Amino acid sequence: MGADELVINMGPQHPSTHGVLRVKLKLDGERVIGSECIIGYLHRGVEKIAENRTYQQFAPYVDRMDYVAAVSSGLGYCEAVEKLLLVEAPLRARVIRTILTELQRIASHLLWLGTHALDIGALTPLFYCFREREEILKIFEKYCGARLTTHAFRIGGLQYEAYDTLEKDVERFCKDFESRISEYETLLTQNRIWIGRTKGVGILTAEDAIAFGVTGPVLRASGVKWDIRKAAPYAAYNQYKFEIPVGTTGDTYDRYLVRMEEMRQSRLICLQAIENIPSGPILAKVGKVLKPPPGEVYHAIEAPKGEIGYYIVSDGTVMPYRVHIRPPSFINLQAFDRMVRGHLVADVVAIIGTIDIVLGEVDR
Amino acid sequence: MNATLQATLEFLKLYWAPLLCGVAVVAILPLIVGYIVLVERKIMADMQARLGPMRVGPHGLLQPIADAVKLLIKEDIIPEHADKLVFWLAPVLSVGAGLLSLAGLAIGPAFQIAQDINIGILFVVGISALGIFGIVLGGWASNSHYSLMGALRSSAQLVSYETAAGMALVSALLFTGTLNVKSIVEAQSKEGIWFVLLAPVAFFTYLVASIAETNRAPFDLPEAESELVAGYMTEFSGFRWSLYFLAEYTNMIVVASVATTLFLGGWLRPFAGVSWLNFLDFVPPLVLIAIGAYCVLRVTKQPTRVQQLFMLAVAGLCFVVALVLAAPVVLPVIKPSLREAVAPFYAGIHGGFWFIFKVSLYIYFFMWLRFTIPRYRFDQLMRLGWHFLIPLSIINVLLVGVALIAGAYFQLHGWGLLLVTTPAAILALVAAFLILAIEKQHDARQEQTAPSDFYAG
Repeated sequence: MGADELVINMGPQHPSTHGVLRVKLKLDGERVIGSECIIGYLHRGVEKIAENRTYQQFAPYVDRMDYVAAVSSGLGYCEAVEKLLLVEAPLRARVIRTILTELQRIASHLLWLGTHALDIGALTPLFYCFREREEILKIFEKYCGARLTTHAFRIGGLQYEAYDTLEKDVERFCKDFESRISEYETLLTQNRIWIGRTKGVGILTAEDAIAFGVTGPVLRASGVKWDIRKAAPYAAYNQYKFEIPVGTTGDTYDRYLVRMEEMRQSRLICLQAIENIPSGPILAKVGKVLKPPPGEVYHAIEAPKGEIGYYIVSDGTVMPYRVHIRPPSFINLQAFDRMVRGHLVADVVAIIGTIDIVLGEVDR
Repeated sequence: MNATLQATLEFLKLYWAPLLCGVAVVAILPLIVGYIVLVERKIMADMQARLGPMRVGPHGLLQPIADAVKLLIKEDIIPEHADKLVFWLAPVLSVGAGLLSLAGLAIGPAFQIAQDINIGILFVVGISALGIFGIVLGGWASNSHYSLMGALRSSAQLVSYETAAGMALVSALLFTGTLNVKSIVEAQSKEGIWFVLLAPVAFFTYLVASIAETNRAPFDLPEAESELVAGYMTEFSGFRWSLYFLAEYTNMIVVASVATTLFLGGWLRPFAGVSWLNFLDFVPPLVLIAIGAYCVLRVTKQPTRVQQLFMLAVAGLCFVVALVLAAPVVLPVIKPSLREAVAPFYAGIHGGFWFIFKVSLYIYFFMWLRFTIPRYRFDQLMRLGWHFLIPLSIINVLLVGVALIAGAYFQLHGWGLLLVTTPAAILALVAAFLILAIEKQHDARQEQTAPSDFYAG
């Protein structure tokens, strides 16, 4: 370390590291010449816990990883175990799963937008975002009684039958949301300061993004059109029309635009889905005790933050032999150092915000 | 011994009024700042679709007092390797500079806070700039990287923007030829037009520079919460922290007062010289009566008896102030012979009202910006200062000077001066756009020649 270098510890207690991320920044004045992410402050050994729980018992634990998108994590796990059991959830269950997961995507993106804007210094969008997120959480609450760690689904289908006014609630939310999202855009999209703070900041080229294994909006903003909802449709996504927004340069502004468009697309998916929710059973024929045949399976879905994958090895008993989780936040965070080098301290928080990490998922 | 007593008595005899004013300022200002903070929180809440403080007192009216008590009884922590003396001195220096600079201001023809100094504006600007020492020393003494970076940012920012603000002030001072606070307002009264209309570009420059100088959003980089935790204040807690806070808001009041005095006609009523608009004198008491009436209407909605009484008390206060404001304008209407007798009261009371009103509008604008737009980055802030505001303000000084010579040549006065100053302002705007265009070209060229070395190292 030279005499003119300054090492700053950002976090684990810092207003904008989104939890307990600790970043060691090597600075030359205000310019970042190196960084190191130190994680593990929220490690709970989720994968190890899985080895001592039955398949059903473990389902609520995955909600505690990405706690702002619990429904998506839960969907990935349930579908992975279903794949292992060689059963498929009934269509009605799959459609309702799609609706709730897309609502969760909007909720997760709203939380990202609010905190990202707050990091860059815009105080007000946070409260507008929370206002809309509240509506989504109310729908979750009506559906399953929980707002955050929902445990909404069950292996083989749904835990609960949809409540009577679900369609109406979702429709009302989607109707309002159209104008609300434009409201956020009036505050930010054309704002000169916002553009100045985000354009050209934290560029991640497509090659780099692929090399790092980055997924989700971060990958798409780099110009790679990869979305598991299209590439390997799960739930009921093959029934609905939607676009995959992609960026061009892969900077923070592109990631912002991609996520904003994704919220619009999710809204469209929800509107299509509530038009025709098929009737029928909500649970496939699965036993009370799940004993999948020995074998292994990898199943991934498109969570709000990227590809969340579950690799499960079964030895034929009631408990999984091994569960490995591929958390999008953890893998996207790898690209942080590449994105942050050469930028200023102020850009560091913008880049942490734009990767959209949840430390619960990074540390597991 | 006797001689010392004698000298002290002599001193008191001469300076009892400024001393009293000084004590009053030190005593009252924290309360005023507390309520500015409350108003800010309420406005913020309103813009963010929520309620803001509601618990302490009706609609949170006692929140500032609760906050003050909390800050006073908090544990006072000095970091282990901090420079204790400087750590102790820094916030005092900051708040001292802020309070001292208030001394040069005049809140009405009759009410000068301290002495009537012939270099009033220079005194205010100079002393308030000293407050930066408190920030730099505080950041240095805390022995923390975040504080140090906040202090560095703050000093760089102040140096850059003080220049632009000073040049903007010069543009306005060209019209008066004096630095005396009272004479500046009187000059605006004589011309019958505020300098904001004669030198709009200078006003804009000062507005932007003053936001940067007081470290308010979007230029609040020294204390950028999301980047530097709390910047130079990171290691300060309790009462020391509240001193910094007090200094920040005092500085806001100071820059707002300077802008009001120089550009917005000080204590003058809008259209002070126009007699058929004299009915505007009735606006202040009527506004206060309306506020009081609203409070009375809301009494029944208050949940507890104490809150109801408190609401009534607020209403009563509004009515009393309205009465004080109404007396000097209503009495002459009833009995014209009283006009002479109430004239000084009219000037003092209504002057105070309009001055405070304009200062409040200026501060409201600060708050509005804070809740609306994101924060600049440090290099962008410096660029805005050095590449845009400083050249613009220098060009504007030259243009205003030329306009004034032309005005003297054609013997223009008052609103007639607009004939020469408006073209000057338009020229300055053209210059501003030219500067921006050159900037853009420069950027494009730089991007072509030197690819970014973001991944270097």
